[in-house]
Amino acid sequence: MADLRFGDEQPNDAELAAIGTIVSEADAATVVETERVVRGGTARRRGLRHLLLPVLHSLQHEIGWISPGGLNGAAKRLGVPPAEAYGVATFYELLRTTDPGHRDDIVHLCVDPACALAGNEELRSSLEARGAKVCESPCLGQCERAPALFVQGAGRPDRVPADDEEDFRLPQAGDSGLRVLRRVGVVDPASLDSYRDHGGYQALAAAIEMGAEAVIDAVRDSGLSGRGGAAFPTGAKWRAVADEPGPHKHVVANCDESEPGTFKDRVICERDPFAVIESMTIAGLATGAACGWIYIRGEYPRATRRLEGAIAQARAAGLLGRDAAGSGQRFDIELRRGAGAYICGEETALFNSIEGFRGEPRNKPPFPTTRGLFNQPTAVNNPETLLNVLHIATHGPDAYRSVGTERSPGTRLFCLSGRVAAPGLYEVPFGTTLGDLIDLAGGPLGSLAAVLLGGAAGAFVGPDALSMPLTLEDAREAGATLGSGVVTVFDDTADMESVVVRIAEFFRDESCGQCVPCRVGTQRQHEVLVELQASGGPLAPQRAELIDDMARAMADASICGLGHTASSAVRSAVALGLIGKSP
Amino acid sequence: MFGAGGGTSSYQEIEEADVILLWGSNAREAHPIFFHHLLRGLDRGARMYCIDPRYTSSARFADVWAGIDVGTDIALANGIGREIIRAGLSDQDFIARSTAGYEAYAASVDPFTPDAVAAVCGIPADVVVEMAHAYATAEKAQILWTLGITEHHNAVDNVLSLCNLALLTGHVGRWGSGLVPLRGQNNVQGGGDMGAIPNKFPGFAGVDDPVHRARFEAAYGRELNPAPGWHLTLMFEAMERGDLRALYVIGENPADSEADAAHARAQLEGLDILVVQDILMTRTAEMADVVLPASVAWAESDGTVTSSERRVQRVRPAVSPPGKARHDIDILCDLAEAMGEELGPRDPRAAWDEVRSLSPMHGGMSWERLEAAGGLQWPCPDEDHAGTPFLHGWLWADDLEGRDPAPFSVVAHAGPTEELSEQFPLRLTTGRALDSYNTGVQSGNYDSPLRFAGLELNPADAAGLGIAEGDLVRVSSPRGSVEMSVRLASSLPVGLAFTTLHHPDLIDVNVLTNPDWDPKSGTAEFKAAAVRVEPAQASETAEATVG
Amino acid sequence: MITTSGVATESAVTIRVDGKEVAVPEGATILDACDAAGVQTPAICYGPTLTPVNVCRVCVVELEGSRALVPSCSRAVEDAMAIHTDSERVRHSRKMVLEFLASGVDVSQADELRQWAEHYGADPDRYVPGGATMDEPVRVQDNLYIRDYDKCVLCYRCVEACGDDAQHTYAISVAGRGFGARISTEFDAPLPDSACVYCGNCVAVCPTNALQFKTEFDLRQADSWRPEDQTVTRTVCSYCGVGCNLELHVQDNQIVKCTSPDDHDVTRGNLCIKGRFGWNYV
Repeated sequence: MADLRFGDEQPNDAELAAIGTIVSEADAATVVETERVVRGGTARRRGLRHLLLPVLHSLQHEIGWISPGGLNGAAKRLGVPPAEAYGVATFYELLRTTDPGHRDDIVHLCVDPACALAGNEELRSSLEARGAKVCESPCLGQCERAPALFVQGAGRPDRVPADDEEDFRLPQAGDSGLRVLRRVGVVDPASLDSYRDHGGYQALAAAIEMGAEAVIDAVRDSGLSGRGGAAFPTGAKWRAVADEPGPHKHVVANCDESEPGTFKDRVICERDPFAVIESMTIAGLATGAACGWIYIRGEYPRATRRLEGAIAQARAAGLLGRDAAGSGQRFDIELRRGAGAYICGEETALFNSIEGFRGEPRNKPPFPTTRGLFNQPTAVNNPETLLNVLHIATHGPDAYRSVGTERSPGTRLFCLSGRVAAPGLYEVPFGTTLGDLIDLAGGPLGSLAAVLLGGAAGAFVGPDALSMPLTLEDAREAGATLGSGVVTVFDDTADMESVVVRIAEFFRDESCGQCVPCRVGTQRQHEVLVELQASGGPLAPQRAELIDDMARAMADASICGLGHTASSAVRSAVALGLIGKSP
Repeated sequence: MFGAGGGTSSYQEIEEADVILLWGSNAREAHPIFFHHLLRGLDRGARMYCIDPRYTSSARFADVWAGIDVGTDIALANGIGREIIRAGLSDQDFIARSTAGYEAYAASVDPFTPDAVAAVCGIPADVVVEMAHAYATAEKAQILWTLGITEHHNAVDNVLSLCNLALLTGHVGRWGSGLVPLRGQNNVQGGGDMGAIPNKFPGFAGVDDPVHRARFEAAYGRELNPAPGWHLTLMFEAMERGDLRALYVIGENPADSEADAAHARAQLEGLDILVVQDILMTRTAEMADVVLPASVAWAESDGTVTSSERRVQRVRPAVSPPGKARHDIDILCDLAEAMGEELGPRDPRAAWDEVRSLSPMHGGMSWERLEAAGGLQWPCPDEDHAGTPFLHGWLWADDLEGRDPAPFSVVAHAGPTEELSEQFPLRLTTGRALDSYNTGVQSGNYDSPLRFAGLELNPADAAGLGIAEGDLVRVSSPRGSVEMSVRLASSLPVGLAFTTLHHPDLIDVNVLTNPDWDPKSGTAEFKAAAVRVEPAQASETAEATVG
Repeated sequence: MITTSGVATESAVTIRVDGKEVAVPEGATILDACDAAGVQTPAICYGPTLTPVNVCRVCVVELEGSRALVPSCSRAVEDAMAIHTDSERVRHSRKMVLEFLASGVDVSQADELRQWAEHYGADPDRYVPGGATMDEPVRVQDNLYIRDYDKCVLCYRCVEACGDDAQHTYAISVAGRGFGARISTEFDAPLPDSACVYCGNCVAVCPTNALQFKTEFDLRQADSWRPEDQTVTRTVCSYCGVGCNLELHVQDNQIVKCTSPDDHDVTRGNLCIKGRFGWNYV
């Protein structure tokens, strides 16, 4: 137990019950076996730590907040110091440590660009007029149906109102060129049989037939790279994990997409959840990892339900478990919900979050492939990347390379939102131009002023970039990034200063606070932009210099990608003259 | 020789241990920085078994806490020994080469079956078995103890019963395994090393050993008394008999610290002359005919102290003593001079060199080396010797380096001398708290937010007596009564009460404690008295009625 | 020196620091190599007794082949690394980190930080007037030490010392996020109600005097804190037999605070409440 001291506040019965749904008293960090025997100890305590976030989720959900008594109860059950549990609870947006004074639903309203363009302020007014408890939220990953809401219930399930009304249809439905999205909107996401009927689990069978080495070689030869933003070669990542010694390795599906403007992995998880499970299983068998983890945004209740359903069915069918799909290898999947923290999409922050610590990124090296989750070798991929593996395993690397470019083979998902006729998720071969992509979505609404490519961590490009082929290499050359595939379109009526201030505010709010350049830099960057907006005038030279100075330090000296990219959209907006122009 | 001297291991070794038996020690509070080293061991994956009547703050770090009945340690140790033998986990090669008396030992522990131990000690039989297996099968294992083992009427037997376990398994004499008594004062080790015990010269040379005595006689140019002297408990007995009429007390507060304090104070009162040399006006000093104000050894004087890992380190003056307070060395030399003797230069360094010349185990510890190395661990016989991190490495040499094998000891279980009775139904045990030290002479002078002076009681016992948290109670033993306030503590099993010795001004706890003492060590049974607890108000009323 | 049973022989790694070759043992950090090369490196969150958390980023250096700068305190050396400690990029990032800190934190008693800020030409006054600061009241909740989080740079050293690196008490953690992150007990409970055991090991590692012994705080309030007149004497604590080394800081023949040497392998800079605070009677 360590010499933990718990305050006087005790958990009430409801709180104890909420804690008990995750960890029973018999499995607690300290167990009073008899009046004369207490079992505890370091190993036991460490083994329970990863249940902290689920326990806090449970308290938040059942009680509506994490009270001092509830926190003490959770901390005691798990042997976690209360101060640390408090540090974790206060890290996440969806966990409250002050008494809301009511048990009403909390309505999270997205305030990021796509929803701002879609009239979120009007929605706020109408909600508040109806007495709803509204709180502002960063991007909720529903940009194609903006403005977005997420309703957090106390004692009732979390829900997304748009889910109830949605009549889902993929914009490219029926397009034979679809690979990643080929089953989306076609397959019944709740049925393993339906998944099999649509070709499901053929890739896994092929992969088992090929063997681990051949699978990794095929992934390497396909040229597949990560679709989250860093574009690291997937084959090399898997190879590194496979080559690590030791029996304990992990595969993590990073479903924590939180980059403003991104919703692709939500669509995949909601519409084709078995494909995530199948591709993770291939990754597990190829790398020799027995443990799979899905870490999914807390704001994605439907995707969570469907993935949980898919895991349960796959397990029941023997596709997960001691002898996964008859492979002779053990592989199973555990799902963990995030709780509102953009930074947890960063892979090492994600590890800390699963492990029950604050979602603060770790310094690299060591890289996750050598010391990842629980300090063991780990391959982290997002659903889009994983689903590409299904194609590779089924058809081979050469077929995979039949579309795209030499350095950017295959297809890519793009999340179109903002001032575009048909917002939604699109899959196009790498090399398609930005203009063609926007045209695929019905073309821009109004007069196109700028496109935010890659989300808040990406950069603005002007109309002259419409001819740019969307490849990793072309984007890099243009000083932009494809990032997570965000394409947010702005017309000339958009208040770009507000958009940029909001982006700066997003980074200020989402910085974990760990390293100085990012913690202070994102704060000061926001202050400069607010000052500029209030002045209504042009950007003074010393302020432009300050923005540059801060940007360089954040990019050079921050621990992780959040800090590295926190100023890129701002700087691109200044460079393009979208803000701070001389009159 | 095996069995004398000091802790066998260095602190660093516990960082590498695989299994730790923390036995009768609340090191988390009494030896906090040693516990840091232990924590490193736990962080590395060591398993810890904590054997203590109380679920202490140390026990909270344990894999298993075994809440043993007070004073039943030998039964448990013998039971563990028996199980190790029964399960074939003893190190027979080590036993054959390096020990003596195994057969007798094995026979003596045979009655201590797990069930028998459970019945005596109050802990489940399977936990006894588990501890035996964990200790015996560990690659490196340490047994650590403090006053929970030694403040008993059979203290030395308690220690020997633990030593037996190390001999049985070979967990001694090599890096990472050992037997470590943690010392309570900064120089209790050094005091013994220097001969401040009744039967030894510096370096553990026996006063009754003619060869050693001859060395000291040659150095001092006179005959020395070959008869071992009295330890403190024997002194009090001598006072009682009238054989001891004058007492010179240096830096000790027996008026508060002796068990059955009322009796001890009466003896001190009855002396012809009591001289006290101390830094503060202790209760003992208040009783003295002459008080010699001294300086604070560790902050106002030069010299050395020796720690629990046998490490000799320098102390240095940071401030000058107040008023007429003087250094101990000056007081002693002046006294000697007044008696017509010259003790040599009044220089700590010269005194140290004298020690080195007479105590071979300190021979290599020059002042310069002590300064440069931040301390050296004895034995350190010559200036090229790096010091000795662990003792008894010779046990692993084929020829034992010519020494006698280490003897097993046959020790019998004997519980606390004071049995519980209808009149005194609760067991009172005493100990230390994190923020305080001994009788509180020094530690009482700072403003600790952690301080608690009172009696801890199991909530069920308290409820049965109609006592609530914060109530004032009267605690009575066959020797006297003391009033104190109550704190409920579920860390205590039913039937056990606990208090510290730190606040004699508030709670004269040693009025209650049992003076029965161990003839081999002279230590009294502070850990086990029989008491009665009742609400203070009620008892007063009762007395008033009777009166 | 204590010798262990199996002493590994250390093989040397050679790297270039500002063009100069230095050999350091395997497992050493770039910071160690900089020290070996005689290059002084600013460090705030790094402490010799603590596991590097590499959060302050003031010790960053330029590593050839690395896109971003790397923290020298935690990055292990690899053969043939080439490091630059005084390039424009390095100077810029160090300046900005120091400027950032000084722009929101009271660094008046963080002498080393201020010296480095001056060295790198940091100008904390150039930010938007009225920008966010720590803005915390001084917490005086007992008579042993105070917490003045206006002076806190969130270096995590206190958290590490209270937790895994030494004390294992875990009374404090970082709570909140981003610029709102603070060192806190659970629900900001007052220290006497927290798990704090007053070892003062957090105070000992604080680089900015945000954590201060009450004796020092009171003397500073009375304008009587004179470090230049203080002597520091190393001795051994008297409160048990462990042999902890103490450094007694004495002003006007009075002990005014007690620390412990980092380089002694018994204490490693740590003490308990008795050793740290129990000297009043002297």
